[in-house]
Amino acid sequence: MAHDFRDFEHLLRLAAIFVAGFVLFVVVRTILVPDDFGEYGHYRAGALDDNRQRPLRHAGMSACVECHDDVVKSRAGGGHETVRCEACHGPLAAHADDPSAQAPELPNPVTVCLKCHLPSMAKPAKFPQVDPSEHADNEPCDTCHVAHAPKLGKG
Amino acid sequence: MATDRRDFLINGGRALLVASASAAVALEHVLAGTPEHAPGYTMSEHWWAMTIDIDRCIGCGNCVRACKAENDVPREPFFFRTWVERYHLTADDVDRPVVDSPNGGFEGFKELYRPGDGSKNFYVPKLCNHCAHSPCVQVCPVGATFESPDGVVLVDTTYCLGCRYCVQACPYGCRFIDPRTHTVDKCTLCYHRITQGLTTACCEVCPTDARVLGDLKNPSDPIHAFLREHTIHVLKPQMATGAKVYYADLDGSVR
Repeated sequence: MAHDFRDFEHLLRLAAIFVAGFVLFVVVRTILVPDDFGEYGHYRAGALDDNRQRPLRHAGMSACVECHDDVVKSRAGGGHETVRCEACHGPLAAHADDPSAQAPELPNPVTVCLKCHLPSMAKPAKFPQVDPSEHADNEPCDTCHVAHAPKLGKG
Repeated sequence: MATDRRDFLINGGRALLVASASAAVALEHVLAGTPEHAPGYTMSEHWWAMTIDIDRCIGCGNCVRACKAENDVPREPFFFRTWVERYHLTADDVDRPVVDSPNGGFEGFKELYRPGDGSKNFYVPKLCNHCAHSPCVQVCPVGATFESPDGVVLVDTTYCLGCRYCVQACPYGCRFIDPRTHTVDKCTLCYHRITQGLTTACCEVCPTDARVLGDLKNPSDPIHAFLREHTIHVLKPQMATGAKVYYADLDGSVR
């Protein structure tokens, strides 16, 4: 029956091109796709480590209390004991790494309080809000209050 | 002999059914995380989420400032990984809020409304919802964005083409193209912090604990009690994104 297929050489050539193309695709794909692609899903597993590499800017309060436990004690019962240090003092990871590298700036005693405590219709009603002109004739807050323990009689 | 073959086929079919069903169940867990190599941190033991208590947010903007500092977000007033919106609802139209977010709340909010005008006002902090079935991940043509095995939607900036499909796909507007790298950027839930036992920068500086990071796979995490004891809502639940930023006492006018 072979004489029925005597004109099949062009098909072989075509098949060879297809096979060569497929092999080339597999080789190129193996070279270009990193080994860890697809380890967890359709992405490069190493990207998880890349995202972990960013340096810290905020040290976190657990780092602050290692040295400043006196401040933690002075805040107890003063109304601000749940506010973490960097909420007012700003990002201080460099200071936590090496205290001599970055001296923390002291926040302005007037503006730092008003950042939270200026009155606003949108604030929850239970949150303490103070209009400095009504409340204290625009005297700075630290005339009467201590920022670390603002409840009067506690500072 | 005929009954033997019949029994064989029936039993074989049953076994195949059970095997394929259990394989389908197992597949999700296999995809969700195989043991990995990060020191001191096992991805498969965590499933991160965040709770936001609307009744505690005072719109101070601490989270916005801390996020920009921690993650080196461009300072222009239209690039945010997290931002705060103020909602204003007049007494006669409780369905169409007036929303403003000056510089994303970076400098806080100037008071615009008068006490006694009958309006309802509140702040809504927003960030990536770290969807379990994220539309942004589904449209990425190159596998540059993905849901991590611990439930965080992350970006592989070395793979990102900057095609912006994901920016359009995100129903919450949480993505932007970083003008410096021309790749997409978004909230990583401070992945560099939470994987070493710290909370996110925004939660760290929130003075009222309005936003709190939670680990849904940790049975002793307070997030479970919080979710149980509050009226909880996610943004755009009708889109079935599996959003994991849970809002407590959120008004229905927030979309």
